[in-house]
Amino acid sequence: MDNGEERAVTDRTQFEVREKPFYQPQRNEVALYEAAYAARLPVMIKGPTGCGKSRFVEYMAWKLGKPLITVACNEDMTASDLVGRYLLEANGTRWLDGPLTTAARIGAICYLDEIVEARQDTTVVIHPLTDHRRTLPIDKKGELIHAHADFQLVISYNPGYQSLLKDLKQSTKQRFTAFEFDYPDAALEAAILVEESGIDAHSAERLVNIGAAARRLKGHGLDEGISTRLLVYAATLIERGVAPADACRMALVRPITDDRDIRDTLDHAIDAIFA
Amino acid sequence: MSTEAVASRSDAAWAERLRVCRERLDCRFPQVSDVFEACLVKAEHVLSVEGVDAYLDCARFLGRMGRGVEPVLVFLAEWPAVAAILGEDALPIIARTVQVLSKSPNGKAIAPFLQTLAPVARRLAAREPMQHYLDLTLELMERTSGSIHGIHKTFASPGLPEFFTHAPTLLNALSIAGLRNWVDYGIRNYHTHPERQRAYFALQSADSRAVLQRERHGTLLVDQERRLDLYLRALWHDSAPLLPYATDVEQVAKPAPYFDSCGIRLPDVLDDARGVSGQQRYQIALAHIAGHRRWSSPLVADNFSPMQRLAIEFLEDSRIDTLILRQYPGLRRTFLALHPKPVEGACDPATQSSLRHRLAMLSRALLDPEHGYHDAVLLDFVGRFARTMASGEASSEEIAQLALSYVARTRRQSDQLATVFFADTEVDYRDDNRHLWRFHERSDDEEMFDEPPRPAASAELERLPPRHYPEWDYHSQSYRPDWVSLYESLHPSGDTAAIDRLLEKHSALARRLQRLLDLLRPQERVRIRYQEDGSELDLDIAIRSLIDFRGGATPDPRINLSHRSNGRNIAVLLLLDLSKSLADRVEVGATGGEQSILELSQEAVSLLAWSIEQLGDPFAIAGFHSDTRHDVRYLHLKGFGEHWGELVKSRLAAMQAGYSTRMGAAMRHAAHYLAARKAEKKLLLILTDGQPADVDVHDERLLVEDARQSVSELDQQGIFTYCISLDRKADEYVSDIFGRRYTVIDRIERLPERLPELFMALTR
Repeated sequence: MDNGEERAVTDRTQFEVREKPFYQPQRNEVALYEAAYAARLPVMIKGPTGCGKSRFVEYMAWKLGKPLITVACNEDMTASDLVGRYLLEANGTRWLDGPLTTAARIGAICYLDEIVEARQDTTVVIHPLTDHRRTLPIDKKGELIHAHADFQLVISYNPGYQSLLKDLKQSTKQRFTAFEFDYPDAALEAAILVEESGIDAHSAERLVNIGAAARRLKGHGLDEGISTRLLVYAATLIERGVAPADACRMALVRPITDDRDIRDTLDHAIDAIFA
Repeated sequence: MSTEAVASRSDAAWAERLRVCRERLDCRFPQVSDVFEACLVKAEHVLSVEGVDAYLDCARFLGRMGRGVEPVLVFLAEWPAVAAILGEDALPIIARTVQVLSKSPNGKAIAPFLQTLAPVARRLAAREPMQHYLDLTLELMERTSGSIHGIHKTFASPGLPEFFTHAPTLLNALSIAGLRNWVDYGIRNYHTHPERQRAYFALQSADSRAVLQRERHGTLLVDQERRLDLYLRALWHDSAPLLPYATDVEQVAKPAPYFDSCGIRLPDVLDDARGVSGQQRYQIALAHIAGHRRWSSPLVADNFSPMQRLAIEFLEDSRIDTLILRQYPGLRRTFLALHPKPVEGACDPATQSSLRHRLAMLSRALLDPEHGYHDAVLLDFVGRFARTMASGEASSEEIAQLALSYVARTRRQSDQLATVFFADTEVDYRDDNRHLWRFHERSDDEEMFDEPPRPAASAELERLPPRHYPEWDYHSQSYRPDWVSLYESLHPSGDTAAIDRLLEKHSALARRLQRLLDLLRPQERVRIRYQEDGSELDLDIAIRSLIDFRGGATPDPRINLSHRSNGRNIAVLLLLDLSKSLADRVEVGATGGEQSILELSQEAVSLLAWSIEQLGDPFAIAGFHSDTRHDVRYLHLKGFGEHWGELVKSRLAAMQAGYSTRMGAAMRHAAHYLAARKAEKKLLLILTDGQPADVDVHDERLLVEDARQSVSELDQQGIFTYCISLDRKADEYVSDIFGRRYTVIDRIERLPERLPELFMALTR
């Protein structure tokens, strides 16, 4: 079966970001990203979980008007999950493009989320796409794809749970320009909560205070503080009429810890902050 | 009947009543006459007519029981006070207790019993706990009175009088259930040892205090430490060591928390108070201190009089509390509950120094908008304080100015008086504010001495300081805190050649072991088949899958294989029982030669060490023996870092047998080393030839149960324990300790070959 036709029918529009995602810039990252995209430089985004990495990429894809293909990486992912594989069929085999190949063909922004989760031998396949060659050899098929002019590779990773096993190779790291994200500062984070959930400014401020308290415990029994995403969840629950203390316990404390002492400390912080 | 009424009654009638009562008492001790009238006045005041009769009857009984005058005097003086608390119909139960005491050899304890009855009653406050207390008393007496021939109790209980003397103190800190546990512990451990028993019940021995601490009611700082540390970090972005200071049960005035360069000092235990839990009280105290650390700046103390300083401290504390509540409004309820509410006008400024009272009222009013005070100056200053704070955080200096003008405005001559009104003026969550003051002059004293001479450097210690381990007491299902002292040291060295000779003797066995070892040696890479994703295609499986597929069945997608390197990751510690029994000799082989178990153990251990060295597993050897709980010795023969070489061999050669087997403590110490190893599996092998026992333990089960407990502790730490017993009768106890993880080697002469084999079987 020829896959030329297959390629032609790949629906580019399905990958487009249609509605403007809400994104609150923290500094000048939008301009920096635009410059990187103009030169088609690969981009790496570092930062703790739930601080807005994925949202930022989505927002940029929308702003630049390019399709976005997101791949959530995991331990079991192999190179063929990215590049593509042959499928056995009753009367032979059929080639199926992987997401990376598709992005390179149609000129999308390919976003590999939490890249460290993938095994190191997997991440190596992106190397030829990230330097001056901008090619993707498909050895199983004997094809060399030249990336579309609009194609760009973006990866994200969370240095928080860096372990000996989960770190990027230097050879991978050194192919990217990088942004370092962190949780927004208090005023900005409160503004985000207000915008995302419609909660009042005063409650938003209090939620942010709870978030700050939890983030101070990082490394003392918490691997990561309360993310902005969780704060938005809590704000949403409060906005829907849940009592603030209950909403905070449900959205902020219970998800992040099983440690009783930490749980009690955060519960106490909630009671102290929401009088 | 009031005293005035008695006084107003005609003297003749009173004299008649006194005479009748004195007759009823029928007691000829001259000392009684001195106090009788005063006691009777008190008794008439509290008791009914029948009550007075019963009182006199009981006193008569005490006078006639032949224990001297003291019991009568104490009873006459104390009973009215006790009856006022418990009701006069409690007399029979008290009288019964006294009777039992008097019939036993413990007559001396009657006076202390009666003497402390009133404070005890005040503590217990009701009939039912009193009954518990009396039962406990009799039980203590029963179990600690000694006898020679087993029928009659002939020796007085040594601890009982001490117990009575300290009962009020104890009940201050303990609930009646806690008291029972404390008493129980003392009886169980010291019923054979009068001196120590006395020390225990007099609260003089260390473990007596330790158990008291354990049984105390309230929230212990040690239990809350991590939580409070997290609290300090999360809410206050601050961190400092939290150190307990002892709040003695006998102390009335509790010292306030404070902080210095070493850390934050908090009381070691806090009871629930005013509806606030101990934990919350800790949190509030910590919040207040954190507030000071964040917002307070020190002032020069020399510029102010003590009274001005007091006022500044009060207002500064109020400023801190205000700032805390701004940030954490949810704490207001707790603050209000903990802050005393002084009653306006409770203090008479004519006779007492009322400054403290005024300041406490002001402090309350600053915290509580619904204070309800009417004093105009106070209200004025509440307003001024609010204006000062409205601008922002204010500062310690601004507050000091406000405090000074408050002192000037409300100054009274009586502030100088020595009697200070204290009621409701102590805010116990606040620290002592020592951080607020900086002194230029070190002292007002004219004579200043130089630094006190430093104590001479203590003499060089001969061995490492002991480590203390708890021991499990199966009677009470609790640990005896810090019961065993364990000293560790390096095993002395001997002649290396002896071990080499032993190894040579077993060279045939060594060759056989070598073959086994080769099989065990880690294979570098192992194939893992049936992988969905892998580095290579597993052709056999792939073809089978394809056939399935073509045949219309669901193919197995796991057609790849991958590799992993198979490393042994196991840390082993061999613990040798070096007790006296190791010196026993056994017959060896058909020739009838004799060999000591010690020698056989040396052979076996050498072979095992050699084998494990071949395998490359981290391996340590240690021996232990004990001579009472105060001296458990733990001897290092080989450390994890050492190789099987001359040094280790020489230590092994010097192995000697002696003393007893206190296994639990040694196992806990071995676990201490094993737990520190970073290995996937941890194995503790124990080579022993008998039951755990020690010369200071008479109960056979005790050390067995302790060893069993330590095995389960080790389990929890992920350490696998395995016992190799050389005791043919081990079946009786070894499974109690180790469950099914043991082997009994009946033919001890085969130990040298069995030990390495066992090890290999265990770790295969």
